[in-house]
Amino acid sequence: MKTRKILLGLAAIALVSGAIIAADHIDAPEVKGGTSDITDFYAFQGENTDNLVFVANVQGLITPENSSSAKFDPNVMIEFNIDTNDDKIEDYVIQAIPSGTNMSIYGPAVPNETGSMSTILDDMYMSSVKITPYKNDAFTTTTNASAVTGVKAFAGLRDDPFFMDFAQYTAIVGGTAPGGFNNPGADTFAGTNVLSVVVEVPKSMIGGTGTINTWVTTKRKQ
Amino acid sequence: MIRKITTIGLSLIVAAVSFNCSNNDDDKEMETPMTATYALEDQMGRPAVNTVFVSANSKDNFNTTIPSQQGAAYASMFKTNLEALSPAFNVSTDKNALMQTSTAFTNLLATDVLNVSLDGKTTFYDGTNVLTGRALADDVITVELLLIFGGEDFTENPALSDDHVDANDKEFLTSFPYLASPW
Repeated sequence: MKTRKILLGLAAIALVSGAIIAADHIDAPEVKGGTSDITDFYAFQGENTDNLVFVANVQGLITPENSSSAKFDPNVMIEFNIDTNDDKIEDYVIQAIPSGTNMSIYGPAVPNETGSMSTILDDMYMSSVKITPYKNDAFTTTTNASAVTGVKAFAGLRDDPFFMDFAQYTAIVGGTAPGGFNNPGADTFAGTNVLSVVVEVPKSMIGGTGTINTWVTTKRKQ
Repeated sequence: MIRKITTIGLSLIVAAVSFNCSNNDDDKEMETPMTATYALEDQMGRPAVNTVFVSANSKDNFNTTIPSQQGAAYASMFKTNLEALSPAFNVSTDKNALMQTSTAFTNLLATDVLNVSLDGKTTFYDGTNVLTGRALADDVITVELLLIFGGEDFTENPALSDDHVDANDKEFLTSFPYLASPW
């Protein structure tokens, strides 16, 4: 809790200075510290190189003491967007929505609509996995509808994979560190957790080959 | 306060829906109605873009501008902010190590999507591959600092172009789910 307060204080100072940096943690006033605040997004080839892995992290800077009470918001959809023809409009989506103690994963599939409003994909594209409780590393199997066989998912707390000397950057931008960064620097995000959704999918479901554009969104139930 | 009132309102709606369901034994479907609509609140493609390049009073708007409209709406602001932030871009012919002028660099970044290859190595930058994905161990902040402050050959402004935090505080896993266990 203390760390969070210090960080929020730094962020406030940085906001006044006009430019702060972090992956996407506390990036804007409307979402800062809320249940839809995206902290990070990753997309990389899986251990099985026929697969691609998407990672979305939300609700950053969760201390160990606050971790057992941290939870996904059942009214917030986390959506991975995949554009296969470089028009910056999603051709496929993967949607993650909490459902009781499980995370429902829909897709990859062609979205019902593109843009800022979404509805949930049909159940024929649904996978489901139990949300892993804090400090329980017994991952459970993902169940799939037949149209999405091969999709694997994880939902739960993980160490925040982001690393950066955010505090020193803030000082630099704030004009109080004329010497620049320290060497070595100090990882401001060390020792904190995030809520993670990890979805691994066969590349054949998202275009198969070539280059995709991808981004993650959080959307709130209206 | 508004948030609290909304939460109470939602609880009442959920209660009402649940009551209806329990009174109808034939209705086995008690999941979220298919017509429920979800509205955009936050989005992200490449790391740190909103925090670095978007002016303070536009950060929420950037989060709710869809990528196909971001370039037209934000390229100009990004260029102005980059040139104000970095001495490596204070002359119009300045470039970064990707040989991008401030215009080319910010045109790329203003559409905030992550480019990912489906055909090979996925990395933000590894010395050879550029923007083919984002792996967990990629030192994306140092890459971005180098591209912002490092000039044409990564040698300008050395005190600003590397935060000297090069790796995560826990080792990543080689297998699913790849991220390290929580603290």
